[in-house]
Amino acid sequence: MAKPAQINPSSPAMEVRTPPQEESPSKLAAPAKWVDDRIGLAKLLGNIRKIFPDHWSFLLGEIALYSFVILLITGIFLTIWFKPSMTEVEYAGTYQLMRGVPMSEAFASTLSLSFDIRGGLLVRQIHHWAAMLFVAAMTAHMLRVFFTGAFRKPRELNWLIGVGLLSIGLIEGFAGYSLPDDLLSGTGLRFVDGLVRSIPLIGTWAEFFVFGGEFPGDLIIPRLYMVHILLVPGLLLGLISAHMALLVYHKHTQWPGPGRTQRNIQGYPFFPIYVAKAGGFFFIVFAVTILMGAFMQINPVWIFGPYNPAQVTAGSQPDWYMGFVEGAIRIIPNWEWHLWGTTWSWNIFLPGVGLMGLLFTSLALYPFIEAWITGDTSEHHLLDRPRNAPVRTGLGVAGMAAYGMFWLSGGNDILATQFHVSLNAVTYFMRAAVFVVPVLAFIVTKRICLSLQRADRDRVLHGSESGVIVRSPDGGYSEAHQPLSQGEAYTLTRHPQPAALVPNGKKVGRLRQRLSHWYAAGQVPKPTAAEIAEAAHHAAVEDGHDAPALEGGDSGDTP
Amino acid sequence: MTSPASAPRPRQSLRRHRAARPVLLALSLFLVGAVYAAVAPATTSSADGAADAQLIAQGKDLFAVNCASCHGLNAEGLAQQGAPALTNVGAAAVDFQVRTGRMPMGNPYAQAVGKQNTFTDDEINALATYVGSLGSGPKVPGEDQYNPDGLSAEDVARGGDLFRTNCSACHNFKGAGGALPNGFVAPSIEKTDPAQIWEAMRTGPGQMPVFAAGAIPDEDVKAVIAYVQQVNATPSAGLTLGGIGPVAEGFWAWVVGIGSLVLAAVWIATRGARA
Ligand code: HEC
Ligand code: HEC
Ligand code: HEM
Repeated sequence: MAKPAQINPSSPAMEVRTPPQEESPSKLAAPAKWVDDRIGLAKLLGNIRKIFPDHWSFLLGEIALYSFVILLITGIFLTIWFKPSMTEVEYAGTYQLMRGVPMSEAFASTLSLSFDIRGGLLVRQIHHWAAMLFVAAMTAHMLRVFFTGAFRKPRELNWLIGVGLLSIGLIEGFAGYSLPDDLLSGTGLRFVDGLVRSIPLIGTWAEFFVFGGEFPGDLIIPRLYMVHILLVPGLLLGLISAHMALLVYHKHTQWPGPGRTQRNIQGYPFFPIYVAKAGGFFFIVFAVTILMGAFMQINPVWIFGPYNPAQVTAGSQPDWYMGFVEGAIRIIPNWEWHLWGTTWSWNIFLPGVGLMGLLFTSLALYPFIEAWITGDTSEHHLLDRPRNAPVRTGLGVAGMAAYGMFWLSGGNDILATQFHVSLNAVTYFMRAAVFVVPVLAFIVTKRICLSLQRADRDRVLHGSESGVIVRSPDGGYSEAHQPLSQGEAYTLTRHPQPAALVPNGKKVGRLRQRLSHWYAAGQVPKPTAAEIAEAAHHAAVEDGHDAPALEGGDSGDTP
Repeated sequence: MTSPASAPRPRQSLRRHRAARPVLLALSLFLVGAVYAAVAPATTSSADGAADAQLIAQGKDLFAVNCASCHGLNAEGLAQQGAPALTNVGAAAVDFQVRTGRMPMGNPYAQAVGKQNTFTDDEINALATYVGSLGSGPKVPGEDQYNPDGLSAEDVARGGDLFRTNCSACHNFKGAGGALPNGFVAPSIEKTDPAQIWEAMRTGPGQMPVFAAGAIPDEDVKAVIAYVQQVNATPSAGLTLGGIGPVAEGFWAWVVGIGSLVLAAVWIATRGARA
């Protein structure tokens, strides 16, 4: 027989604790208490007074969140009728122009969703617009986080989660886009088939693994369906929850301003004000997607026709978020190696797999690279105004420019026809533009940032322009300046300026030192307290100086 | 049945006669000619000789005034103008080029573009008859060759399949047009007249390949024409955004979607809280 273990009776661990005797709650509070006893509702509700700062750019993430919810709702509706099957059928539905055409069940069921199910077409269109908005809002949200430096310590992990969300968001969208098995999406799948096969050494094997044999096979739609409605939405849900949890844990960042510090947060409490705002915004997002679904046609698969590997159409493009990969593939020269009777084809691997890898790797690494360059290990809860981090802002705009150029290349045929230029001219132009435009964008952006810094400095030192033009007795005109409010002066001067790393004691590598100099170079120094005092004094003197001038006191030409 | 061995000798020797082949050839040519004359479209065969000659003469005059500067006085083509010989393009090519306003051309070094046609039906008929008389090539089609009325839904759907197999690669899924390499474009065919679609397929203007009757018989051409007409007549599910596919959709998703939502966000954020 087992014996109870010996315990030291005086151990504090052994103390017998009795739960505090509770007074019985009032009748009304009883159900709330019942729930609280079981799931700790009160603690949860503690968070309900969490403060959220107000700024329009903080709502971009919410657009992504709400469009995801809309996708879930509309997606469930679609699953009721969509048949993820590649079995060939002869269409016998109501859309005359496909009568008797052989097609997959997936395509046939998309047609019936569009033409025979009440509201089906509307829901399909809402679903698709919401998908476009979902990725677009994620992208805009990410740019906001980037340009304001909200990814800095302690929020690097949430940035990484965001990069994960964006990448699997693309996969989710692509999988959904492929499901109807129409001519455009089938061409898109063919494209992905090419990407997979372009992977050196394992390409063909990987293709057989993904497609269950040679393209197109009859497995890919059911597989993508699983990915689209189970795997990726599950991952998205999990990651979104983690994203939100970390947001609550870290608290939201805020713009610098009077009374806002690294340790506090100004804004409205989650409940009731923010709930009202956010809830209202949800309905606005829903309304916009519904209006778009109702009035703007999207993905009219019945016009594209069913996928048939023997057919292709001009204007074959993916949804916008895959456009940059498409563009890279459209403009890359035909680079291939022929070694010992084997072909190493780089013209798809580099722009396809390589570019996507490059984009997401550099996004993921950026916070760490920047911290390494600046040597900054402190926490940041106040945001940077983009002008106050000129190199970061420049890099961001350069990245956007590169992305934009690849993106435009993805529509090179549309550009050619819409603007009546030659397809080849567009392609050659883009080959150079993807390298040149980002560099120009960096230089221009950095200059703009620096001149904005200068403008801020002038504003702090000389005050704001009052709009009042003063004519001096000797005929000169000048604009009177008004001193800034304390609050504004604080807002304009509180930011730390990046400084080059000084190797005090610790060894700093040459590369790192160079980079940190480059990162800090050219900044317009913030006015110091002494300078501000001096400027204020000067202004006061000038005022006093002006007054007698009005009486003609010091004009040289008074008789 | 007789075995080959027991076949009567005289007949064999007749077949082996030295004149047999040429005679047979002449006979079959005559037969083909006769049958062709009987079934060929009315436009050319019904005109009697004199009227025909007059039409050809009128066409030759028109040609000399409007076309010869590039194509040569006898339509033999002028290399320095980059204009091809028209001796074997057929009347249908002329009818197509002139009716769509491509010919006479403005700038012979760029792709011929459709403009307003300024010739009357009679003049076009004369030009076409003249060029047609110079050699072979497809004739101007009769209504029965291109008029798609009366096709069944299945036929039209089959036309859609043919369209996607043969045409959409250049002209896009509903005929809105597309870009080709080196600055060429495949124009929109959404509003092209059925006769001109038939002629384009049979004569292959510019960069477009010829789709001969052997590959796509007239019945199928009608089906293609019917499909192009009907797919463009079907009501759309909202604004079509140009009917050029995902590029336009992505553009509008950002402009209308993100644009209006950002405006809403600005509005919400500046609203503060009213207690
Ligand atoms: C300014 C020069 C110019 C003039 C004038 C001109 N053409 Fe042309 N034509 C061309 C060129 C160049 C081409 C070839 C371009 C192309 O294929 O698109 C051509 C092509 C054609 C073709 C198509 C040949 C084929 O292979 O299918 C026809 C038919 C034709 N022309 C008829 C005419 C007729 C009829 C006129 C007079 C009404 C005319 N052209 C006037 C320059 C001219
Ligand atoms: C290789 C690409 C290509 C294919 C395939 C092709 N076309 Fe074209 N098509 C063109 C080009 C290029 C032109 C413009 C010709 C010119 O320069 O005059 C054209 C012109 C036309 C026009 C004249 C439009 C107008 O109103 O000016 C019609 C009609 C037409 N095509 C129909 C068809 C049909 C029907 C098919 C399929 C059976 C087809 N095309 C297949 C390239 C193509
Ligand atoms: C989370 C982000 C999601 C994105 C980005 C997304 C994107 C897309 C896209 C672009 C399409 C093609 C739409 C069309 O054919 O017009 C699609 C189709 C579809 N989606 Fe989603 N979707 C998401 C979530 C979901 C969810 C959660 C479900 C179901 C629970 C779902 C179910 C479907 C179904 C069944 C289709 C095919 C039906 C059709 O195309 O008409 N989706 N999705």
